[in-house]
Amino acid sequence: MSTTELTTIEELANKEYKYGFVTDIEAESLPPGLDEETIKKLSAIKHEPEWMLEWRLKAYRHWLTMKEPHWSNVKYEPVDYQAISYYSAPKKKPKLNSLEEVDPELLKTFEKLGISLEEQKRLSGVAVDAVFDSVSVATTFKKSLSELGIIFCSMSEAIQNHPELVKKYMGSVVPYTDNFFAALNSAVFSDGSFVFIPKGVRCPMELSTYFRINAANTGQFERTLIIAEEGAYVSYLEGCTAPMRDENQLHAAVVELIALDNAQIKYSTVQNWYAGDKDGKGGIYNFVTKRGAARGVNSKISWTQVETGSAITWKYPSCILQGDNSIGEFYSVAVTNNMQQADTGTKMIHIGKNTKSTIISKGISAGRSNNSYRGQVKVIKRAENARNFSQCDSLLIGDKCGAHTFPYIDINNPTARIEHEATTSKIGEDQIFYLNQRGISTEDAINLIVNGYCKEVFKELPMEFAVEAQKLLSVSLEGSVG
Amino acid sequence: MLEIKNLHVKIDGKEILKGINLKINAGEVHAIMGPNGSGKSTLAQVLAGRQEYEVTDGEVIYNGKNLLELSPEDRAREGVFLAFQYPVELPGVSNTNLLKTAVNEIRKYRGLEEYDAMEFLSLIKNRMKLVELEQSLLNRSVNEGFSGGEKKRNEIFQMAVLEPKLAILDETDSGLDIDALRIVANGVNKLKTKENATIVVTHYQRLLNYIVPDFVHVLYKGKIVKSGGKDLALELEEKGYDWIKDHADEITA
Repeated sequence: MSTTELTTIEELANKEYKYGFVTDIEAESLPPGLDEETIKKLSAIKHEPEWMLEWRLKAYRHWLTMKEPHWSNVKYEPVDYQAISYYSAPKKKPKLNSLEEVDPELLKTFEKLGISLEEQKRLSGVAVDAVFDSVSVATTFKKSLSELGIIFCSMSEAIQNHPELVKKYMGSVVPYTDNFFAALNSAVFSDGSFVFIPKGVRCPMELSTYFRINAANTGQFERTLIIAEEGAYVSYLEGCTAPMRDENQLHAAVVELIALDNAQIKYSTVQNWYAGDKDGKGGIYNFVTKRGAARGVNSKISWTQVETGSAITWKYPSCILQGDNSIGEFYSVAVTNNMQQADTGTKMIHIGKNTKSTIISKGISAGRSNNSYRGQVKVIKRAENARNFSQCDSLLIGDKCGAHTFPYIDINNPTARIEHEATTSKIGEDQIFYLNQRGISTEDAINLIVNGYCKEVFKELPMEFAVEAQKLLSVSLEGSVG
Repeated sequence: MLEIKNLHVKIDGKEILKGINLKINAGEVHAIMGPNGSGKSTLAQVLAGRQEYEVTDGEVIYNGKNLLELSPEDRAREGVFLAFQYPVELPGVSNTNLLKTAVNEIRKYRGLEEYDAMEFLSLIKNRMKLVELEQSLLNRSVNEGFSGGEKKRNEIFQMAVLEPKLAILDETDSGLDIDALRIVANGVNKLKTKENATIVVTHYQRLLNYIVPDFVHVLYKGKIVKSGGKDLALELEEKGYDWIKDHADEITA
């Protein structure tokens, strides 16, 4: 590698996080620390019914018996769970029917992020349920959705207004006993989104939520539950940016998807949380449990993710293919730069007959980062005719980063057909020079190459998200490649 | 248009070009010939801005500008085009996408409005005919899985779209069969105007039957040892490079 290439990599790596600012809204927070009292207070602030508090406490007691797992290919300082504040809400409690009632400070923040709600409402027809810190402050398009029987609201509202659905489905895909972080989330989750699409309804718009971590020292424990009844369809978008921060912020979300007979859920994520500075200081720990149950016959669950942020990403959006002929898909672009670490992938569990899964994973490593794909394909004994296709590609930018692939394949039925392909490539100096010689700057050259590399995943994203994802990728890799 | 004065170039501490002097006017075609290792490709790469080469002395003036101070992309935007000897593969990047980005970057640099999709499409449709390029190559990833001939033809196609002022063809004839050679040469000839100039770097005289040069320069051991008209290429072909070597060694002796 030439010295020029190195210089360019450094320049790119040195660009500051573009969305680093803190919104000045007074937060009402619980003091740091976690015990049963904290959970009772949290539940009381949210006026939760008794059954919810009970569930939280059970989860908490179970969590106390668990140990933080350390099997992933990431390294980080131990998390002090007693130093985290488990609740923070914008102080001016808004009851909102329209955007005019939203705190102007908040709207300004959204505008800075380029995700102005007005813009979104007007231009893209996307219904936005904005989760700001822990409380939903604006829910739009609710009315037209409710005419179809669709419920799209915050988890807190769902607990109040649709307890029967929450009781029936919450924890049915990711029980609180599932893992350390899921147990913690179940005990202290602050808010999140709830979506219910009734039988035979095709949700007419992309549902979208922007999460934003704002108050310092506030762990974010989002909880999302999406249910598609028989024959229903929904596409859900989740996108995130967060302000610059020195302390590490823990984010341990749980997302559960349930698709009944002939139902389809498409879940897309663009994640751009603060990744820390170029020396790895600060940044978000993103330890997420995302899982979808394709319970019904012919049901389908697709995960598409573009992961560019966080100091540490640790997540495996998975599909449990229970229904006969059910389909699971996972499309992922994970970018790491500077000191970022990502251990991400998926699990496809084939249980029903004739189940199919597809895994397309594109890892991009730059700077001194480490990017791991970890995926499991499991076919149980009675899962006749299971099919899986996996493709895991790694792209290296510079010579100080790492890419790793950990595929686990566990087949218990001889009729299964499993394909796994993997490649590793590097953006070459020759490629950059070639594009330079055509009048294209190094930065644009890298974008061209990287976007070309990620094409298969981007085409799975809804149009407006695909554009945003491409922009995000350029921002993430700015100055990173030579 | 281009004036190279006493150009000295090193790579990995080894001097490759040892004082090149060359003047090229608009409307001219110059052929640079020479045996393997004489520095022909180095000259092409240095003009295009490849960074590994260290210019130790001399200067290159291009349309009144100090070319060596410009970044490779700015040279391209100023109208310098290099048809690569070994075009690189760009998996996932379609030919169309590369060209659209390139055309618009160049237009932006020149203060022109960017082409929209329709304008761009009509431009490339028109240019494809010049090199008899198949439509299917447009949507394929740049050079990926292209045959040697397709790669070279694709270089000339890019040249046709970008319309450079100074085109440098680095061994464009290598790996081409006679039909492909004719197509490529035809394309280059059709692109020739009074305003642009072409440098044809080649080992063999063959290409020069189709792209007829105004001047032929023979490069040997990092220096231009002989210059002449198009007949010099024929003479070289007939007598071989040994003739020039003897001749050059006589001069330097």
